[in-house]
Amino acid sequence: MIKRTKVKEIFLSDFFFSCSSVLIGLFIGFLIMLLTNPAQSIAGILTILFSPMINLRDIEQVLNIAPSIILTGLSVCFANKIGLFNIGSSGQFILGAYFAVWCGVKINFINNSLHFVLAILLSIIFGAFCGSIPGILKAFYNVNEVISSIMINYISMYLVNFMIKKNIFDVTKNHSKKILDSAVTPKLMIDNFFFGSSVNLNIFISIVAAVVIYIILEKTLFGFEIKTCGFNHYVARYIGINEKKILILTMTISGALSGLGGGLLYLSNTGNNLQVIDSLAQEGFTGISVALLASNDPIVIIFSGLFIAYLIVGGFNTQIYNFAPQLIEIITAIIIYSSTFIFLIKKYFSKNKK
Amino acid sequence: MHIFVFLLRQTIFFSMPLLISAIGAMFSELSGIVNIALEGIMILGAFSGILFINQLQDKIHGQTLLLIAILISALVGIFFSLIHGYASIKFKANQIISGTAINLFAPAFSVYISRMIFSIKQISFKNQFIIKKIFLLNKIPFLGEIFFTQTYITVFISFFILFLSWLVVYKTRFGLRLRACGENPNAADIVGIEVSKMQYIATAISGALAGVSGLTFIIPTSTQFDGNVAGYGFLALAVLIFGQWRPDKILFASFLFGFLKAISTSYSEIMFLKKISISSYFYKSLPYIIILIVLIWTSKNTKPPNALGKIYDSNEN
Repeated sequence: MIKRTKVKEIFLSDFFFSCSSVLIGLFIGFLIMLLTNPAQSIAGILTILFSPMINLRDIEQVLNIAPSIILTGLSVCFANKIGLFNIGSSGQFILGAYFAVWCGVKINFINNSLHFVLAILLSIIFGAFCGSIPGILKAFYNVNEVISSIMINYISMYLVNFMIKKNIFDVTKNHSKKILDSAVTPKLMIDNFFFGSSVNLNIFISIVAAVVIYIILEKTLFGFEIKTCGFNHYVARYIGINEKKILILTMTISGALSGLGGGLLYLSNTGNNLQVIDSLAQEGFTGISVALLASNDPIVIIFSGLFIAYLIVGGFNTQIYNFAPQLIEIITAIIIYSSTFIFLIKKYFSKNKK
Repeated sequence: MHIFVFLLRQTIFFSMPLLISAIGAMFSELSGIVNIALEGIMILGAFSGILFINQLQDKIHGQTLLLIAILISALVGIFFSLIHGYASIKFKANQIISGTAINLFAPAFSVYISRMIFSIKQISFKNQFIIKKIFLLNKIPFLGEIFFTQTYITVFISFFILFLSWLVVYKTRFGLRLRACGENPNAADIVGIEVSKMQYIATAISGALAGVSGLTFIIPTSTQFDGNVAGYGFLALAVLIFGQWRPDKILFASFLFGFLKAISTSYSEIMFLKKISISSYFYKSLPYIIILIVLIWTSKNTKPPNALGKIYDSNEN
């Protein structure tokens, strides 16, 4: 008897359902590969699935991509707990990134690791600022947060492009200037563990952030208030929660997380430089995928972030078989789409089995 | 004077796509479904239409080619909006999430396919669709110069769609039922309206219009497509809110933002703006800034359809 219920539990666990939506995504991705390039499709899908774990370089790459999308994922997740959809993560990300890089390039009178700390603080502050605007507009003017954050995404993109051109542009290389060594993310021996690779503190900072968000949401009064507002604002108002304050704070923290993600990516000195292009930062949207895949659980986000980073690296590797790396975005979009109703199928099953 | 006419012509080119896709979104939102997938559907509509033009531009010519492309864009739009509708109506999934999935899918898919076919992400086409002047009508002072010279057939289609949708929403039984579904699906259900069927139809209309709108955006303003429509789908949602879910106000709102967009792309040809020499980035972000301000100004008193975004389950009651 006990065994059977255990089997049922595994079958009905969130993990199982997330896995099945991942499988659907990969399967349809494979079909698209089969239709567009049948000769190399098998090699392509095997590359996506297995190549990043073979090569040490690729493992490094996964660990370098993951932190920023874990943080944008946390940002989306945190706002979602109060029922808001933070699609503005992209703008918060790029604004945080700019100010971190600006600090890294321009502040030259601090030459120890305090410089890095200052740059990170700036990215958090400006990310938070950018996130707080839709929060304030929602709380006081009833502006739909999805629309306002999208507008702010474009505004901050153009603003950042303007400021890069004006302040920190390297004309010869056509991207932002190199940051000073003191602002580069410290490695703290972690690279020794990975045989002198470029892996740095970022992944640990993002894991710590996930744990902190988990503690805030599950173990503090503030987290309880957030979830109450998200659950039912009549109840929240009735038990005396200052809904507007909580809403603005939530969006501010959510923005801070995205800003931190931007700062970490561009301070890590792994070949990422700010460019002047008229398109929104993709990491913000990847964060939405990360959060949805983890069904908004901060701890699971660490793994879903690593997983999507793994797919991105795998997708990048398929270029030797003539596949475009956009394939991965297609696959993640399908994963998200199938996850929207796969949880409802689960609900249906658990209702019937009782 | 010349620059003024030019600016107004540009305004029309920029505001028509906003108008059509906002009208489309109006249909789906009046029925209670949030179609945040507009951006993605616009991209897919533009992609399929442009791809068709690119492949067949040597065999079919002129307006016939464009009209077939419009039809294809509409069909592709319907297909993807029904994917969104299937999740949100049949499975009662979160409408924002399934819409976002399509928004993520669309640019990736169109860039992927064009890179697989052309090995670059741009699809180019010969612009053979411009109508130099329409006989006699171009002689009308002022209006003739703006609407009937150097124009596109899509402009007239857009105005026709506007008129038709006003007629449908306010003067037909279908329109009344549609609005009932978005206001109070329970009551609509009780009087015998099939709520989910109405919602499917409304979502399909919004998809068709968004698909056409994507093509309408690319044809007059560019000669290639690279997998994005500059956030126009999202702008259309803002226009819809500013337009208070009403066709006449939507027309006004889309003209306003079309005008701002026209300034942002052609400010360098306007003498007095060129003299002030403000950074081009300011003009580029101007439409978005103004929309944000306008939203602050209007949102407090907006009244969206009552059951918008709420999932209606007839079994629950």
